[in-house]
Amino acid sequence: MRDFVVRFAGEGGQGVVTSAEGLAQVSTQVGYHALTYATFPSQIMGGPTWTQARISDQQILSAGDDVDVLVAFNRDAYETHSVEVRDGGIIIFNSDDRDFENFTPSSEIKCFGLPIDELARSTGNNRSANMVVMGALAHLVNMPQEYLDEFVESRFRRGRSNDDEIIASNIQAMNLGRNHTSESGLILGDLAPPNKPTHKQLMIKGNDALCLGAVAAGLNFYIGYPISPATTILIWMERNLVGPDKFAYQVSSEIESITGLLGAGFAGRKAMTATAGPGFSLMSEGLGLAWMSEIPLVVVDVQRGGPATGLPTKTEQSDLFSCMYPAHGDVRLPVIAVGTVEEAYEGAIWAVNWAERYQGPVILMTEMAIAERVQNISKPDLSAVKIENRKVYEGNNGYHRYEGFELSPMPIPGKPGAYVANGSEHDEMGDTTHLPERHVQMTERRFSKLKLLEDGFYESDNNEAKIAVMSWGGSKGPSQEAYSQLREQNMQLSWYYTMFLNPLPPELLNELKSKDLVIVPELNYQGQFSSILRSHGVKAQSITQYTGLPFKVRHLVEKISDMANSDKKATVKA
Amino acid sequence: MSKKNPEYDFKWCPGCGDFGVRRALEFAMIDRLEETGLPIENNVVVAGIGCSGNLVHLLEGSQPYGFHGIHGRSLPISMGVKMGRPDLNVVVVAGDGDFLSIGGEHIAPQAARNLNICAVVMDNGVYGLTKGQSSPTTKIGEITSSTPFGKMEAEADPLELYLTLGVSFIASGFSGNPRQLAGLIKEGMNHQGFSLIHVQSPCVTYNDTYEILKGKPKEGIEPLVWDIPAEHNHGDKSAAHDLLQKRGLPIGIIYKDDTRPSLDQRIENMWSKAKQQTPQQLMDAYEF
Repeated sequence: MRDFVVRFAGEGGQGVVTSAEGLAQVSTQVGYHALTYATFPSQIMGGPTWTQARISDQQILSAGDDVDVLVAFNRDAYETHSVEVRDGGIIIFNSDDRDFENFTPSSEIKCFGLPIDELARSTGNNRSANMVVMGALAHLVNMPQEYLDEFVESRFRRGRSNDDEIIASNIQAMNLGRNHTSESGLILGDLAPPNKPTHKQLMIKGNDALCLGAVAAGLNFYIGYPISPATTILIWMERNLVGPDKFAYQVSSEIESITGLLGAGFAGRKAMTATAGPGFSLMSEGLGLAWMSEIPLVVVDVQRGGPATGLPTKTEQSDLFSCMYPAHGDVRLPVIAVGTVEEAYEGAIWAVNWAERYQGPVILMTEMAIAERVQNISKPDLSAVKIENRKVYEGNNGYHRYEGFELSPMPIPGKPGAYVANGSEHDEMGDTTHLPERHVQMTERRFSKLKLLEDGFYESDNNEAKIAVMSWGGSKGPSQEAYSQLREQNMQLSWYYTMFLNPLPPELLNELKSKDLVIVPELNYQGQFSSILRSHGVKAQSITQYTGLPFKVRHLVEKISDMANSDKKATVKA
Repeated sequence: MSKKNPEYDFKWCPGCGDFGVRRALEFAMIDRLEETGLPIENNVVVAGIGCSGNLVHLLEGSQPYGFHGIHGRSLPISMGVKMGRPDLNVVVVAGDGDFLSIGGEHIAPQAARNLNICAVVMDNGVYGLTKGQSSPTTKIGEITSSTPFGKMEAEADPLELYLTLGVSFIASGFSGNPRQLAGLIKEGMNHQGFSLIHVQSPCVTYNDTYEILKGKPKEGIEPLVWDIPAEHNHGDKSAAHDLLQKRGLPIGIIYKDDTRPSLDQRIENMWSKAKQQTPQQLMDAYEF
């Protein structure tokens, strides 16, 4: 057995998330790869919630289609999630939960009750319930006890006088969980030994990785307004972007966020905010102003589901049109969409650099499923980060800031070169004008700057095939798994992927244009990315899904084969 | 600059109150320049949209930096400038529609923060640029192009509003007296915190209030404006409220609280509470 998926389900506040993260930590500690995937209830206390962890001896691309083990903390969780357990999978339920009294599981399912709370209490350490569960799981996949001991040792050895006591009680809890489970006679299989990564690893959440990337690129101004699933970025920044020449702050609305960023970007700061759909909509006018007045700034859109309030705690990729065309008038913004936790780090560096380079707003797209995912990644090398700074005007007064049809150096307040940054159409000095030739000049000037951003890179594989799979954002992982499976079946397919959705790397666009069909798995109703590709002259067709959940690999394998094999492709016109 | 710029195609009506405000702001900035020795480029004027906002293009002589943004958002733009660069002198110029109607939601947060900027609000009681619709300070019952049967809402009382919201420096000015107004603006700029200079700046085309404000002494019409007497204790909030209850329009400093730190000072005082870490240290924390 090379990988397995455990889903922890229960009430908010029952330790669902900490159990999944605990399992991920145990596993990565000893050299496995781990990825967690979470959904949260909108209410704070109580309400059904679940998190799953996928553990593997190799790099993990997606959350996994099937649940191998379900840990049900209450009866509702059992009823809701047992159908998701694959044939031959196992369910552990918390037999201490009153709702499981007189409960007889169906004989068709491998299922057993574990008195989680009672076993934890018997160690004298009530907080060891997680470890009881960990011991049970270790038995099911035959994970050596020394792995777990190593984890407990490293986690709880903190130089306190009672360290030994705490460690002993946690190890005892794991043993109780393990022994109790072994009595059930159930086993999932033998997990292959880990291939310990040679490179140092970080265990990090998508949104935290994004924050690290932004700060690595020199971000020094952050403001935001709480909104799921972007709030964790605000919290991270407020804790860490503190000190001279740094600023992180919660403001009173997303309108304040975007207009505040405009002021900061104008004043010379590398400024960013993060939001989700509803907040992003409120930023429309401000983003148009940033484009018009040529102010560098970054807006992160952590996508959730649906228009209006929609699905605040689910995942979707339905903001692409909004992100690329957020404002009235002729505006098309640079868009970088990240598809993995590593890319959240890397994409943030690119976004901050791009904003500086072309002196305008850049949209960095991510999504709920990446924002809340905790995953091990290879530790990035900060010394390899190339930091870009805007071209600053350094001459005397009397400068024409908006001169010409292309990018020009930007004056910074406090230094000579004073001008008016203007959201009305303007002349070279920044004064309002309605002359037709000025509107022509300034419109062309603004669009010409996008040419400076054509240095994005892309991935490709088996380029010769005439049918390609090209996903974007968080659908990358499941699409990549599906692609690999289909290639193993010798299907003639090529693979393309890039984070740089606007502007697309020109070479990539040329390759895509040469294909008979480009299949685009994406989580929205309209097929937003394929529609944009078609506008570029690519014969693209989407596989759409709009459930609020990520793709399953199995589903994509089926759909991609259908599309590639059907005559449908003949009817796809660019 | 822009006065000589032939392409610039916006003009105030002759006699517009905003000319006086422009003069006053120029006086205040020049005085400040002379006093502090800081270059003019150390000033940033953030403007809203409306007749008032065009002030930023019409300043004469050597120029401060300007940001002519979008309707109603001059305050949060100024917040970004100031918190990005606390060393800059940041001035907001806005109109009553811009500041009190569409931008009204931004006053309370800056007051609570005590954002260290100076806002000059040009109140003409009408939307001038869109040709004469009612604004928050238009009197109830007044007929305008958007209130053909009379305005249905009560007029706002901006000075009382600012006091209630906790603005730490509140002054009332009149565009008809640019020198006096310049003094108020300068005091506002020097105030460490959120200063608001609310200026009566009549619109000669849609709402000409000059006569009411100045009165006609020869015909026995008392002016509406009167100077706040020197003995007014502007550190006393209830005295400020009392002042505003009196007949007419008091001109001068209504309220001033020097005791509260401004947002940039509060932030600086907080630095010692946080562990300041380099990007490398922040990243290392995720290692396992």
